[in-house]
Amino acid sequence: MELSALVYSFFNAEVAARYWPDIVSGFIVTTYLGAAVVVAGLAAGLALAMVRTFHFRPLNFLIVVYADALRALPPLVVIIVLFFAFPYVDLAMSAFTATWLALSMVLAAFSEEIFWAGILAVPKGQTEAARSTGMSRLQTLSFVILPQAVRLTIPPLTNRMIAITKNTALGSVVAVHEILYHASSGSSLAGNPTPLTLGALAYLVLFLPVVIASRWVETRFAWKR
Amino acid sequence: MLVAKPILEIRRLHKSFGTLEVLKGIDLAVAQGELVFIIGPSGSGKSTLLRCCNRLEEPTSGSVVVDGTDLTNPKADLNRVRQRIGMVFQSFNLYPHMDALGNVTLALRKVLKKTRAESNDAGMRALERVGLIDKAKAYPNELSGGQQQRVAIARALALEPRILLFDEPTSALDPELVGSVLNVMRQLRESGMTMVVVSHEMGFARAAADRVVFMDAGRILEEGAPEKLFSRPDHARVAEFVARISTHH
Repeated sequence: MELSALVYSFFNAEVAARYWPDIVSGFIVTTYLGAAVVVAGLAAGLALAMVRTFHFRPLNFLIVVYADALRALPPLVVIIVLFFAFPYVDLAMSAFTATWLALSMVLAAFSEEIFWAGILAVPKGQTEAARSTGMSRLQTLSFVILPQAVRLTIPPLTNRMIAITKNTALGSVVAVHEILYHASSGSSLAGNPTPLTLGALAYLVLFLPVVIASRWVETRFAWKR
Repeated sequence: MLVAKPILEIRRLHKSFGTLEVLKGIDLAVAQGELVFIIGPSGSGKSTLLRCCNRLEEPTSGSVVVDGTDLTNPKADLNRVRQRIGMVFQSFNLYPHMDALGNVTLALRKVLKKTRAESNDAGMRALERVGLIDKAKAYPNELSGGQQQRVAIARALALEPRILLFDEPTSALDPELVGSVLNVMRQLRESGMTMVVVSHEMGFARAAADRVVFMDAGRILEEGAPEKLFSRPDHARVAEFVARISTHH
């Protein structure tokens, strides 16, 4: 065993001191990107699920096709298509925008399915009761169905949110300056993988609280009847 | 018999689910202040008939006129008419994420656009009528079945409907809780509320109904005063049904 070699390679204080500011700036970008993806993806997913409740067939068909396609595609493929192919149809976008849009689209597809399942799980009598008091479809959805549906969807949604925000690391492929980009380019420049260790630490600092919070949220919102 | 213009008038109502015809031409008029009881074997179309009265089910043909508005007219403002038609369900259908007062006031706030204070006043009055003013802050899962059903009645009452529809309001209740709900219905009857009730509570029908309607296989087979229909019906089918139900209750 070469313990000193392991420490030299992965826990090199001198290299760490040189590269930690880069990792911190990557940390900020990853946080931004992750938050923007969660907000846009969940909002779009909820909107799609709401549209779907109006049972307009052609539209629902398109939503299902969209959700299935984007759930089947690897997110990296979507990022690459947006970043490298869209400029040819005059829709060039920055690496950050491409990554944000791709991951938001993927999260929208997954969360649409989760919200939809939640909406379906609310008993039909709830809609009937609300409609019988003169509430419109949209009012019924907003004040009676969604508050119950969202509660049911919190556990699967938190899992999906964690999965998709970790995928921000895929942005490194198109040179978004997030954690993994700085960690791997730092490793190459230094000829030492310590920046990767720093990157791993940064991911832990960022996601461990999210994972722990999701545990708390899941027990907090466990449905009681 | 000279009656005022009916509150509810159903004419030649048909309803099919696919190829299954559930209602095969129903004519029924309910006058103001009347309590009409609908009985009949399961599958006879009672609940479907009731649910056509506020278009929770879409009638296949025929018309349903409530308080002067033809519900089956495609131009009818359904959400407006429905405010005047209260409905009480077998399974209560209270909103589990709101307390009793929230359940009662939701439509007041969102549909009638009343302020929270006005809604709460009206809501508390409705809860008082069903004897549950002290349960205003209780959530449905903290209430007994009988209390939940009374909150559901208050929710319908708060909109000051012209007619109340009851779809087997006591069928999901434990026997000892049935009385509390029937008491509220009796009080409503005394205050002059027009009611159409689908139920098997024959004792209540005998005591409180103005008219009993017997449905069989999508048609009204016989209707009349409860004492007539229960004691000497014209049809053997009715006598048989009444005898069977009475021994069960």
